Amino acid sequence: MSQPVFHTDEVTKVYNTGDVQVFALRGVNLDIYASEMTVLLGPSGSGKSTLLNILGGLDDATEGSAFFKGMELTAMSERQLTTYRRDHVGFVFQFYNLVPSLTARENVALVTEISPDPMLPEEALAMVGLENRIDHFPAELSGGEQQRVAIARAIAKRPEVLLCDEPTGALDSKTGVVVLEALSRINSELGTSTVVITHNAAIQNMAHRVIFFADGQISEVKVNKTRLLPHQIEW
Amino acid sequence: MRVLDKKLFRDFWRLWAQSLAIALVLACGVMILVIAIGVERSLSETQSTFYERNRFADIFASATRAPNDLKREIEQISGVSIVETRIVQYSILDLEGLSEPATARLVSLPPMGEPLLNIPSLTTGRMPDPQSSNEVVVNSTFAIANNFTVGSSFHATLNGQKRLLTISGTVLSPEFIYLIGPGAVMPDNRRFGVVWMGYDALASAFDLGGAFNDVSVRLTRDANEQMVIDELEKLLAPYGGTGPYDRSMQTSHMFLDSELKQLKAMGKAVPPLFFVISAFLVNMVLGRLITLEREQIGLFKAVGYSNAAISWHYVKLAMGIGLFGVLVGWAAGISIAYWMAGYYTVYFQFPYLIYITSPDTYAISAMAGIGAAVLGAAQSVMKTTKLSPAVAMSPPAPTRFKQNIFDKIGHFMGARQPVMMIIRSITRWPMRASLTTIGIALSVATMIATLFMFDSMDIMMDSAFFQANRQQATLSLAQPQSRAVLADVENLPGVLRAEGMQTVAVRLTNRHLTKIIGVEGRDPGMDLSRVLDAGNNSVVFPQQGIVLSDRLANQLDAQIGDTLDMEVLQGQRGHFEVPVTGVIRQYFGIGAYMDLNYLSALLQLQPLVNSVNISIDENALNGLYEQVKAAPNIAGIVRWDQIRQGFNDTVAQSSGITTTIYAFIASLIVVGVVYNSARILLSERARELASLRILGFTQNEVSFILMGELLFLTMVAIPIGFFFGYLMALGIVESFSSDMFTLPFYISRGTYGFAGVVAFTASAASALLVRRRINRLDLVAVMKTRE
Ligand SMILES: Nc1ncnc2c1ncn2[C@@H]1O[C@H](COP(=O)(O)OP(=O)(O)OP(=O)(O)O)[C@@H](O)[C@H]1O
Ligand SMILES: [Mg+2]
Repeated sequence: MSQPVFHTDEVTKVYNTGDVQVFALRGVNLDIYASEMTVLLGPSGSGKSTLLNILGGLDDATEGSAFFKGMELTAMSERQLTTYRRDHVGFVFQFYNLVPSLTARENVALVTEISPDPMLPEEALAMVGLENRIDHFPAELSGGEQQRVAIARAIAKRPEVLLCDEPTGALDSKTGVVVLEALSRINSELGTSTVVITHNAAIQNMAHRVIFFADGQISEVKVNKTRLLPHQIEW
Repeated sequence: MRVLDKKLFRDFWRLWAQSLAIALVLACGVMILVIAIGVERSLSETQSTFYERNRFADIFASATRAPNDLKREIEQISGVSIVETRIVQYSILDLEGLSEPATARLVSLPPMGEPLLNIPSLTTGRMPDPQSSNEVVVNSTFAIANNFTVGSSFHATLNGQKRLLTISGTVLSPEFIYLIGPGAVMPDNRRFGVVWMGYDALASAFDLGGAFNDVSVRLTRDANEQMVIDELEKLLAPYGGTGPYDRSMQTSHMFLDSELKQLKAMGKAVPPLFFVISAFLVNMVLGRLITLEREQIGLFKAVGYSNAAISWHYVKLAMGIGLFGVLVGWAAGISIAYWMAGYYTVYFQFPYLIYITSPDTYAISAMAGIGAAVLGAAQSVMKTTKLSPAVAMSPPAPTRFKQNIFDKIGHFMGARQPVMMIIRSITRWPMRASLTTIGIALSVATMIATLFMFDSMDIMMDSAFFQANRQQATLSLAQPQSRAVLADVENLPGVLRAEGMQTVAVRLTNRHLTKIIGVEGRDPGMDLSRVLDAGNNSVVFPQQGIVLSDRLANQLDAQIGDTLDMEVLQGQRGHFEVPVTGVIRQYFGIGAYMDLNYLSALLQLQPLVNSVNISIDENALNGLYEQVKAAPNIAGIVRWDQIRQGFNDTVAQSSGITTTIYAFIASLIVVGVVYNSARILLSERARELASLRILGFTQNEVSFILMGELLFLTMVAIPIGFFFGYLMALGIVESFSSDMFTLPFYISRGTYGFAGVVAFTASAASALLVRRRINRLDLVAVMKTRE
């Protein structure tokens, strides 16, 4: 078994909204292994995004610690977290989050410009099958194409980990498959450790490992003996 | 180019209209700074160069008749470097093509060699032959106004003798950069000029052989000015000397200096206003932009851009707007400054203009302009650093509205939903609503604070020209004469009434405060020229005592009942104790008045007059002019009716231009503020407004929500602006007043009305610009976009 890239120790996250305390995470202990594709499944509001944000250095934990390859994320300063994100993490968001005033290539270049060892933006776009849409603005792309630009942007820096929060959430199943194929290809070709949050139970079949979430805690971890290819998945 | 910079350019391009609106406001500030400092420095430099090259004197004095030998004694005073003694007289001129008489100040040129001080610079021709009795040079503007060229000639009455004088050249002198006739309130190049001619000719004409009546002194570098003045006064006292004075009381210098001070004050006071408003606007626009782009900012952070890099990105946008404003301001400033400096040469006669481009002005204005934009951006940019990347990933929570007192009032009054939406919007974003209001209010205030000057001037004119001085003309006599001369004047053709007065040079002292001034002795019954109290009633002079203008009373810290020491500086001289019996308001100059009989009694002389106010029958004017031109003892005539006309014309002309300029600048501010507010409102509420449209509201109803808010804020802002304007005008009145003018504080309803109407119109126009966008709202697209 390979090394864990992420390790968490009783991670707790509490949101204080006015007089109500929301326990988004209640002591999460988990390991995520290098080069694997991990799927996080769970009902809405169970804390998946919150956990992913903490792993990606976007948010801090209220209690407990999270480690990336032995480095404690939860102890890092804002500046160190920025460097961590810049050098190691790729993000894919449910709503694409492309910069509307930049073309596909420029959206990717946004990341390659500040990375130590990036690919060419064209190369990254080719990996997600968008070599013909390079100079289009987001408004000129379909939802699936926009999401693939977002993936290209995430992988262009050759990140060690790729964190995807509902990457297919806004897409129909056919387009969703294209996006999943892109993710799967990157995972296998580049060996990028990939974490995918989804509501879609069918997607678990393409993962090495599936982590079930309920009510701010891990309810079950499952390791798939055999994995399906993305185009074999249907929903 | 960095991708982030590409985004910057595209943002800038997308926001061009709003950026332009801000940049123009900023440009106004930069422009005024560049103009005021540029023109002030150019004129100051020109002034000091001209003074230096042409050896403008430091101290001036006059006497009735001092022997030429006295010059050597003056030269002995420690601190004196150069002394020039001259004969200076007034004379009536008879000019071709001008029915009324003109007046000249005659100035002697040394019998041998060049003048040592106040050297006139030739603009055409040559200096007169010192031996010639009829060759003269005149000041260039007088020559130009009268179409004189080298070789032209005109008649002058010198001490009763009519002479034909021939122009050998035209000159400009540092002594007469601003040239104004005695008793006049404005330059009149046609009817008042300076004539330089040989000493011998003037000495023989005025029986001043071997003598002088005017001294100019240039000091050494380390001289003690006051000591020289005191010494000089002692030397001249036996010869009718009337207190020497320094440059600060030399008419031309005084006017030029006060103009320069005003320019300087304007450069300091006005631009900050524009910079502050621009900073507000940048704050508003960038704040909105950053709210709209919070997901993008979250993304930048998520992919590893540092806070510094993101802040810098938005700061650059602000700097872009600032830079744009600065460049436009510079361009406008440079071209207008040239024009302005030229404009000044109409009133101030310089032989040349040294145009100074001072790099520091540009540096300062650039720093101020860009700095204002960056400062405006600061708060919003700080917000980006606080934005957590995770929070930025989730859509912003819908703005929280709460029921408040205004809602209840609205409900109570049965307001319709659109009105409720306006009320909520204002109370939900009180900061933006206040900034919009303050911006509009400041523009209203700017207009009032500048345009009220014409109201003040009206009051000043009315008081000076129609209430106090009702005479059509004032004749000044060459020598003081007994009251019998009044009867002679009344016998002149066309003269209906003649009233005389005497002006005597005195030094008034109250404790340690002193002032040299001409005190006017007036006959109690005078009706043409009157001394008025605050209520425009003729002041009745008590038998004894002195009446002071309010400014003079202030300067001497004197109140009614105080006793002043009055030292008479001419004739028999002597000290007298005079009680202050009244203080009056006076707008032109500063004056002191007393009963002529009392003054004569003090001087132990029979009552004398040296100027005569007359009312005339218009039909007999030509006859009168003929007589005046020939009269031996009339040294000058001031036509008040012409002054009134000239003043009205000048004021009307400059008020037209000034009003237009300020209305334009103020409109720029209003447009900058309202247009940006409207765009931001629209962007914040596009979804809401589109939803209303989908629900079946008409375009008008929907626009009402947006325009209604802005017009409501404008209506609130206008009275606030009136109040600000009132305060600003009050400050200006204080700072503008000098010994030459005391600006009365008065703002007419017309000024308030004009400022209000301009602000409202500009506001409505900019709201309408945005209304076009409401009408073009793409309902589908708006509803699809996520916010
Ligand atoms: N900024 C916040 N303030 C307060 N509560 C929050 C905040 N963000 C998340 N929560 C709460 O924390 C809990 C976990 O949220 P999280 O976004 O992690 O859920 P999730 O599993 O990603 O749900 P979904 O599948 O719907 O995206 C939820 O109950 C949510 O209401
Ligand atoms: Mg989620």
